[in-house]
Amino acid sequence: MSERIVIIGAGEAGARAAMALRENGFTGSVTLIGDEPHLPYERPPLSKAVLNAVDDPAPAFILSEATLTEHDITLMRGTVVTAIDRAAHSVTTSDGAVLAYDRLLLATGARPRRLALPGADGVLYLRSFSDALALRSHLTPERRIVLIGGGFIGLELAAAARMRGCAVTVIEMAPRLLRRAVPEAIAAEVARRHAAEGVRLILGAGIEAIEAGAGGATIRLAQGETIACDGIIAGIGAIPETALAEAAGLAIDNGIKADEHLRTSDADIFAAGDCCSFPLALYGGRRVRLEAWRNAQDQGNHAARALLGASEPYAAVPWFWSDQYDATLQIAGLPDEGTQTVRRDLGEDCHMLLHLAPDNRLVAASAFGPNGRIAKDVRIAEMLIGRQARPSPADVANAGLPLKRLLNA
Amino acid sequence: MTSTIAVTWVDACAADEIDEEDVIRFDHAGRTFAIFRSPDDAYFATDGLCTHEKVHLADGLVMDNIIECPKHNGRFDYRTGAAKGAPVCVDLKTYPVRIEKGRVLIGLD
Repeated sequence: MSERIVIIGAGEAGARAAMALRENGFTGSVTLIGDEPHLPYERPPLSKAVLNAVDDPAPAFILSEATLTEHDITLMRGTVVTAIDRAAHSVTTSDGAVLAYDRLLLATGARPRRLALPGADGVLYLRSFSDALALRSHLTPERRIVLIGGGFIGLELAAAARMRGCAVTVIEMAPRLLRRAVPEAIAAEVARRHAAEGVRLILGAGIEAIEAGAGGATIRLAQGETIACDGIIAGIGAIPETALAEAAGLAIDNGIKADEHLRTSDADIFAAGDCCSFPLALYGGRRVRLEAWRNAQDQGNHAARALLGASEPYAAVPWFWSDQYDATLQIAGLPDEGTQTVRRDLGEDCHMLLHLAPDNRLVAASAFGPNGRIAKDVRIAEMLIGRQARPSPADVANAGLPLKRLLNA
Repeated sequence: MTSTIAVTWVDACAADEIDEEDVIRFDHAGRTFAIFRSPDDAYFATDGLCTHEKVHLADGLVMDNIIECPKHNGRFDYRTGAAKGAPVCVDLKTYPVRIEKGRVLIGLD
């Protein structure tokens, strides 16, 4: 009997894994189960292009019906998996179907963290295409929109709201923006850009309560100020979808716990994307969970090979981007692994930061500016990071020395 | 069969304006192109936007004969326009190039 692989979650990681199974020659059955009504689609545009589209937006589909048919992938849409029976090697769906698997991939993603505040019922969040459509209807000119949370989602939505003519306020509890992942100097540049675009940034501010009123709300800050607005959107982080794995008794550690092959604590079950944590050999086996498009795609590809028995460890360098206005923020590697920061001038008032370990090993690079200014050098830095290159700080700071030359050194 | 499609040669840039193993953007008549200089000093031209999400390829990195999209790492062989795997699956359109008196000319149809 031919082998059966079931994938739970039809986002970037799940859809990519389904395709990669075929690209790697798998001839058994592939079943992709997603809880949304759509074909698999890209999430990055949800906080950008979908909101700013002039006409009615459509999802940017990853797979078409024709591609699914051509690759003999069965997509079950609008279907929730309710249980995994590890002993029987089967999953049960919300409509009562029981599907047997030989190997299983969990690509269940993450969900927005909800505000635990009195009066927060009417607050909007962003994860799915339907969330984006709901947000879009709120982002009309002159409306007063408050973004709670100064992370990537909050700031991308702040930019989108400004571009649609809203009056925008961002409230962040921490004393600065982007505290989780971005060096302070880059975060300060991002803050300057938002301020220049007319966004009011309120940092280091706790929220006491939200009071709903007719057609709007009032936010009461711990410091006493009240902010009246017409709509509130929260982007305060995401929680990995682990309930199914937990109920099945799989190990959990800030997400579904996977090893360097993306294998969970059950040898026949793998995990990929936002839902899982895994060790990065590049950083001494440090366990991370990455909520990023590239990671979802790379892990989808990797998990497919692992499901088919490949034994190489997952070794991609973390990389992500965030578009705000006409600028892009890009980070390769993990900046907090660095102990020295070197600034490299990229021209036109633009620069990148290179983060080095004590032994000069390049561990991360970060930059904010026009994509055309920063993308090439961040990409080269990413390759240097992957090779564990130890460039001299003077060389990486030398704008006259093309970074590409260090690749061949 | 002899092709009868008329090609218009358009002066895009000076040959030495592009570094070896690099790319520049060239806009002409409302269209955008990418012009490449390979490591072995040959010149090529393609459409300027990635077939995946309309990102300017000239912002991407050239490695040997491959251009990599700066957003999603879609890869193309810029000599033939061939897409080299996910997330890109649609090939890039290519254009003929000739070098005359130190200038790069691209042939547009």
